[in-house]
Amino acid sequence: MRFLRFALKRLGRLLLTVLLISTIIFFVIRVIPGDPALVIAGVDASQEDIAAIRAKLGTDKPLVVQYGTWLAAVARFDFGKSLSTGQPVVRMIFERFPLTLALALLGLAISVALAIPLGIISAVRRWSAWDYLGMVFSQVGMAVPSFWLGILLLLLFAVKIRVFPLFGSGSFRHLVLPAVSLGFARAAVLLRLTRASMVEEMSREYIVTARAKGLPERMVKYRHALKNAMLPIVTMAGIQLGYMLGGAVIIEQVFSLPGLGRLFLTGVYQRDFPLVQGGIIFIALVFSLINFLVDILYSALNPKIRIG
Amino acid sequence: MGTQGNGALLDVRGLAVSFDGRSGAPARALRGVDLGMAPGEIRGLVGESGSGKTVTSTCLMGLLPSPPARIDAGEILFKGRDLLGLSAEERRRVRGREIAMVFQEPSRYLNPAFKIGTQITEMLGLHLGMGKAEARAKAEELAGLVGLGGGRRVLASYPHELSGGMKQRAMIAMAISCNPSLLIADEPTTALDVTLQLQILRLILRLREGLGMGILFISHDLRLVRIVADTVSVIYAGRIVESAPREALFGSPLHPYTRLLLQSIPLANKRGSRLRAIPGRVPDAQAVPAGCAFHPRCPLAEERCSSEMPESTEHAAGHAADRHAADRHAVACHFVGKTWPD
Repeated sequence: MRFLRFALKRLGRLLLTVLLISTIIFFVIRVIPGDPALVIAGVDASQEDIAAIRAKLGTDKPLVVQYGTWLAAVARFDFGKSLSTGQPVVRMIFERFPLTLALALLGLAISVALAIPLGIISAVRRWSAWDYLGMVFSQVGMAVPSFWLGILLLLLFAVKIRVFPLFGSGSFRHLVLPAVSLGFARAAVLLRLTRASMVEEMSREYIVTARAKGLPERMVKYRHALKNAMLPIVTMAGIQLGYMLGGAVIIEQVFSLPGLGRLFLTGVYQRDFPLVQGGIIFIALVFSLINFLVDILYSALNPKIRIG
Repeated sequence: MGTQGNGALLDVRGLAVSFDGRSGAPARALRGVDLGMAPGEIRGLVGESGSGKTVTSTCLMGLLPSPPARIDAGEILFKGRDLLGLSAEERRRVRGREIAMVFQEPSRYLNPAFKIGTQITEMLGLHLGMGKAEARAKAEELAGLVGLGGGRRVLASYPHELSGGMKQRAMIAMAISCNPSLLIADEPTTALDVTLQLQILRLILRLREGLGMGILFISHDLRLVRIVADTVSVIYAGRIVESAPREALFGSPLHPYTRLLLQSIPLANKRGSRLRAIPGRVPDAQAVPAGCAFHPRCPLAEERCSSEMPESTEHAAGHAADRHAADRHAVACHFVGKTWPD
């Protein structure tokens, strides 16, 4: 019951965020110079043509009315039709989204698989060879930009040694190199956090209690300390998934993957306003949804959060 | 001092512990502690902060971090077996099973991420090999024993959902779960309200009656010690300076430090007497004064006190040499019985 109330509260916050973002996007788009009707009509269109296009787009109506229409459409998940292809924006997004999501999830999996075990070992065996390895890894990971790493990986594993395809999509093998370049940099941050969190929990008083109870060291560390240490780690991993979606935009360019990033970038080049608007809202929605899920997961791990 | 014979529960002899610091001399936290306990005895261990109480208990538990801690000398005989000679694994099996501990601040010493029940049952499974259902039943029984009414609900709670008093009761339930023969209670009531303090003390007394475990009750508060302890040891700068049955210690204290300690607290039966603060402070463990460590603060101190360390000797009204250990009154001072200046 308490949990349900908590979940509903977070859901309300999510909706509020999306509403706020839609509003900001609506007004930002209106403020940016340039009339979409002019873009559509082309340079040598007549005044009547332009007026007709404006009427079709609804941009001839007062701003408040436009805003209302906009919100109602967004609520129905209707972002209009792309100016360049004439297809519904939503359909275009959902055609491309699975690839980007797969890329981000794989990137996260790589990041988590690298960072959490290495971070824990670094914390448990501080100043050991493992710890130094972790430090070197995280320094390099934070210093190297993911697109550069991507290019490097391509040169090495697709050109020199032909283990992975150079470009294209459609199979798991196409995703490996981009996911590694995405996950690597994120793993560096996650590793630092894992180590710090674990070190901190190991210094808490309840660890003394666990030892005084006669628990073996592995239970003290991997049960008592780790469960507490996981709280910030889970939050961070969730936030990283959001960043991965953003980072995918760049990586998709490097690896010529037809994902959301490519779609939105084309939209920007072509001044395809409905596509850009819809894209931003979609990303915001996904981001909020991830945060919502992270909150739920966090509260499942940390009983304290549900009060309040 | 120290309990002789085979019946002793605990016999600590000449325990010396020091800590290696980053710079300067090692800190000599314990400088030859002698401490004997009979089975079922409640021993109060009293001293100011920094006197070595917690180092003593941590050392008994085998939980001193090494480095920086170093055991320089001594032995800890627990039921006749020297704990210091055990391997780390053997030592671990003693912890929680035979020697258990209750800590000062239950909110910090309970794991916030686990339910109370889990924190109790994991010990039962580990030390006594109980299955889940059996351990849960035992946990409920323990909850009732320590006065956690509505045991099942409390066991399903997380520490933050309980009050301070309940948390300490839960901590005690955890500590007594494997029926240890020695329970170390390190300032178990310091973090609690006065009314709760008494409840917890009464609980400790009741548990001793019921389970017959020896309890080492560590406190800086003589009033609490007076309520629960059978015998009291006073520790100063890493040495036991006086040990005696409760009545003897409170009625006729022999060591100047004990006397000053008693004068520094309001005790109900000493109405009208003046309260005094002990001048100075506990010496730094890196620079313990030579001779009797208390001599710089002692109103009786003479020259020899600054050079000769007084050995612990027995002073008692009793006669027989085979008096029960708990009846001994031992003092480490050159001037036992000397008239007290006003």
